[in-house]
Amino acid sequence: MVGFYTLLYKEMLRFWKVSFQTVLAPVITALLYLLIFSHVLEAHVQVYPGVRYTAFLVPGLVMMSMLQNAFANSSSSLIQSKITGNIVFMLLPPLSYLEFFAAYLLASVVRGVVVGLGVFVVTLAFTQLTILHPLWLIVFAFLGTGILGALGIIAGIWAEKFDQLAAFQNFLIMPLTFLSGVFYSIHSLPAFWQEVSRFNPIFYMIDGFRYGFFGIADVTPQLSLLVVGVCFVALSALTLILLKSGYKLRH
Amino acid sequence: MGTTPAILVRQLHKHFGSLHALQGIDLEVQQGEFFALLGPNGAGKTTLISILAGLTRASSGSAAVMGHDVVKDYRATRTALGVVPQELVYDPFFTVREGLRIQSGYFGLRHNDDWIDEIMAHLDLLDKADRNMRTLSGGMKRRVLVAQALVHKPPVIILDEPTAGVDVELRQSLWAFIRKLNEDGHTIVLTTHYLEEAQALCNRVAMLKQGRIVALDSTANLLKSIAERHLCLRITPDALPAGLAARVVSYTEGLYVLALDHYADMEGVLAQLRESGICIQEMELTQPDLEDVFVQVMGAS
Ligand SMILES: Nc1ncnc2c1ncn2[C@@H]1O[C@H](COP(=O)(O)OP(=O)(O)OP(=O)(O)O)[C@@H](O)[C@H]1O
Ligand SMILES: [Mg+2]
Repeated sequence: MVGFYTLLYKEMLRFWKVSFQTVLAPVITALLYLLIFSHVLEAHVQVYPGVRYTAFLVPGLVMMSMLQNAFANSSSSLIQSKITGNIVFMLLPPLSYLEFFAAYLLASVVRGVVVGLGVFVVTLAFTQLTILHPLWLIVFAFLGTGILGALGIIAGIWAEKFDQLAAFQNFLIMPLTFLSGVFYSIHSLPAFWQEVSRFNPIFYMIDGFRYGFFGIADVTPQLSLLVVGVCFVALSALTLILLKSGYKLRH
Repeated sequence: MGTTPAILVRQLHKHFGSLHALQGIDLEVQQGEFFALLGPNGAGKTTLISILAGLTRASSGSAAVMGHDVVKDYRATRTALGVVPQELVYDPFFTVREGLRIQSGYFGLRHNDDWIDEIMAHLDLLDKADRNMRTLSGGMKRRVLVAQALVHKPPVIILDEPTAGVDVELRQSLWAFIRKLNEDGHTIVLTTHYLEEAQALCNRVAMLKQGRIVALDSTANLLKSIAERHLCLRITPDALPAGLAARVVSYTEGLYVLALDHYADMEGVLAQLRESGICIQEMELTQPDLEDVFVQVMGAS
């Protein structure tokens, strides 16, 4: 257990030492989205009755920031360690693959949640939000960041260069997050794109998270939980299998 | 101490694609030995060490550290093993002390500061303790690598070229420290391209060439295996008697190097010089060193 705590501590210390980039920067990015989109769309769009667009947007932005940062944490830490070679410091000790997985995953969750809280606090200046179902909100925050943290571990193990990781981020993570209903309800999309969105797990993370705030969402929170839960278990299992086999880490 | 060998390797093979990097290595290192693994670049030293450390998986064969199989019993193996990697790697996010504390934690150790301070003192790192790793010179980073390998007081310590790029002073203090660890019962295995280091420190030597062990014996026996000794001579007049011509190994700028098969041959050489009325200006009898053995072994196989 000491090994796990130490690795978790090391991963958190790592992002905390550069919190300017890892926490402050994403909060500012989210703030810019909020300013621009709410300025342009506030008067024109009402997604749910009685919910102003700015208020609708905030949970989406919070969740998007959490997911992107959870992914960034594990993936960038691993690729840096691999490229600089200091991954041997973690491969030489008797850390089990389970400890390795849990530490990287949890550090990603913590980074995601810290950024999410930061974004949420900053947006309080622009809109008042009531949280109707905090438990749903928390469940989706943890599962969502957990999934992206696991995906980050997979990407970090798989990628051999920074540009491979960037490709993973640009061609998979970014499209999935942007096409997930952060900025709109999927009901406002044409039928075809609505159907496509239903195959995007991130849509369910955001929809479920939003339900935690407003008590209304595009699909039921139970369905979202099912999809997100299955994704979490499947990706965790895949990550554990890769780690256990030593894939790309131990030749 | 028991009779379990510190390191036991049986018929170890490693393929990298079409390259057969290790071709059936058999090796046994007893507890308490100070062992050298020598060989030219690309011989397979690092590959063998990586397999012992679990960084690389063998293609076939088995390897054990302190009786623990490196694959099946990987946690026990890694607890028993401290490895100083050949590559100069470091984590740019942390200070020296943070790095050593974290490394202790990975081995399950919480309050390890006394030992960390002791290691840092031996490696002359105390004044760098709170410096970020990024700001250290290459030799200093190498010292930290050595320190990191020792945080958990491993019974078996493997050093892969620990003195590459390290100044004379540290080499001496490093070897004094490692020697002390060896006297305290730690098994030491080292690779180095400075053969005089290996000769001075190690009681046994394995020489690797292209993935095969081509010599394995005590340092003393290996040195004895070279019967030939060299006699260096500067003489006036500078004309060697014809009877000694067969012994000449080299002649450069007035300095003859003659080969002697036995010490007893000295008598004859000196007698011939005297008879020819030659004066000796300078004379030195050199002992064969590990480098001579290395050159001979590598040339022969
Ligand atoms: N990951 C790898 N992929 C492919 N080939 C490798 C890999 N690692 C080592 N090799 C090859 O295996 C052979 C043995 O390499 P190794 O690093 O074990 O040599 P070494 O004895 O440590 O040499 P040096 O004295 O230069 O450190 C070399 O031909 C090397 O190119
Ligand atoms: Mg090597």
